[in-house]
Amino acid sequence: MSEPFFELKGSLFPLTVIHSSDLTLAGLQTALEKKLGQAPGFFHQAAMVIQLAPEQQNIDFASIKQLFTALKLVLVGVTNASPEQKQQAQAAGLAVLRLGQDAKPTSSASTAAEKQNDNAAASVQQVPMHTKVVEQNIRSGQQIYAKGADLIVRGAVGAGAEVIADGHIHIYGTLRGKAIAGAAGDTGKRIFCHNLQAELVSIAGHYWLSDSLQGDFWNKAACIRMQDDSIVIGEL
Amino acid sequence: MAKIIVVTSGKGGVGKTTSSAAIGTGLALSGHKTVIVDFDIGLRNLDLIMGCERRVVYDFVNVINGEANLKQTLIKDKRVDNLFILPASQTRDKDALTKEGVEKVLHELAKDFEFILCDSPAGIEAGAMMALYFADEAVVVTNPEVSSVRDSDRILGMLSSKSRRAERGEDAIKEHLLLTRYNPERVAKGEMLSVEDVQEILAIPLIGVIPESQAVLNASNSGQPVTLDQDSDAGQAYLDTVSRLLGNTVDFRFLTVEKKGLLKRIFGG
Repeated sequence: MSEPFFELKGSLFPLTVIHSSDLTLAGLQTALEKKLGQAPGFFHQAAMVIQLAPEQQNIDFASIKQLFTALKLVLVGVTNASPEQKQQAQAAGLAVLRLGQDAKPTSSASTAAEKQNDNAAASVQQVPMHTKVVEQNIRSGQQIYAKGADLIVRGAVGAGAEVIADGHIHIYGTLRGKAIAGAAGDTGKRIFCHNLQAELVSIAGHYWLSDSLQGDFWNKAACIRMQDDSIVIGEL
Repeated sequence: MAKIIVVTSGKGGVGKTTSSAAIGTGLALSGHKTVIVDFDIGLRNLDLIMGCERRVVYDFVNVINGEANLKQTLIKDKRVDNLFILPASQTRDKDALTKEGVEKVLHELAKDFEFILCDSPAGIEAGAMMALYFADEAVVVTNPEVSSVRDSDRILGMLSSKSRRAERGEDAIKEHLLLTRYNPERVAKGEMLSVEDVQEILAIPLIGVIPESQAVLNASNSGQPVTLDQDSDAGQAYLDTVSRLLGNTVDFRFLTVEKKGLLKRIFGG
């Protein structure tokens, strides 16, 4: 007879986060009812998390929880809680969640400058959703741009040709032309090619010409990426 | 169904017209009814290479404008049966060609001929685009040097994006690489790109390698397509090329440095 199965595992789930400057019972009720009115079925029994701001004090978590239940929503917990808020939330039986390191709190109190930063961060962090695949060789004079996407070229990129992507670039043939990855400014993007003989490689605006590429990886398979604000070439 | 083959290169002076004349003559010699169309409006050369410059009455542009019909305009070759030339106009420029006009003429030629060879002008402008637009196959003439290879690469890009087949999403134009002015001795010395180098860059099937030869120059000067000089290495190389174009498998010749025999070494040559 095998033992009954029991295991604890971490996992990630999508949760809806509520950002609101007004966390009074009446204010929340009005806002939620308005939102639910727009799409009644959409949030049915949806798991929610409230994002807190430090200046929001003495929040009646227990009543808010009841309000959510009445509106057929499931309040799971709070995030961005100050130590005091944390205590109050836990007393009301709510989980205290922590956002990932990168995410910055947004609240009504954040300054305009901070908001701008957030926007910039958001646009850079945009993950390419698509991949553009080119099946043939890219000839001299041709230009391929994979907007908001990774680019895969199954052939070679000829001298005088240009391949540009907001995401990563993979070239399964020889790269003789120009390759520009992370064209939207993401320094985390890379260029992979089977044979490096490029005129120019660029990641997020930083570029190297073929003179700088002559070295251990010229004529070989290579991976080009950014490290500490400069381009580095490594083995594929 | 007539096959439309464009002879093109991007770069000038690599041997497009010489190759058009030689291949067209070779196709006719093999019994296929062939017409060579000179698309180089304003810089008419094909008639000189074919030795029929004195017989040009009407030209391509006249036909497009309806000033003459094809029968009046086509020049029949006196040496080879089944071979005709449609000369370009020397007095007009390349804008005289319209897509509709060219299509109409090619359509009419297709009723009569097995092969329509389009001799493209150099460059990537309207004239060259017009020559390749309707093609089924392309012979890309390339010299074994970097600038010619680069221009051929460019033209290959055009073939796969600007042709009618590309626009309609039909099967791509069948591309052939024709290497001309090949000099094995200079390749051996490292002064010239090798067949392998060029093929690696362009990545299309090789249809022929024509050795650099005095015979080509003589042929051009005398208005005789080099294929008629069947004793010459270049003539034979073109005939091999034609045979491959017709679907036969022929071994490549003239790729390596010829060893001089004892007699040649003593008497020179």
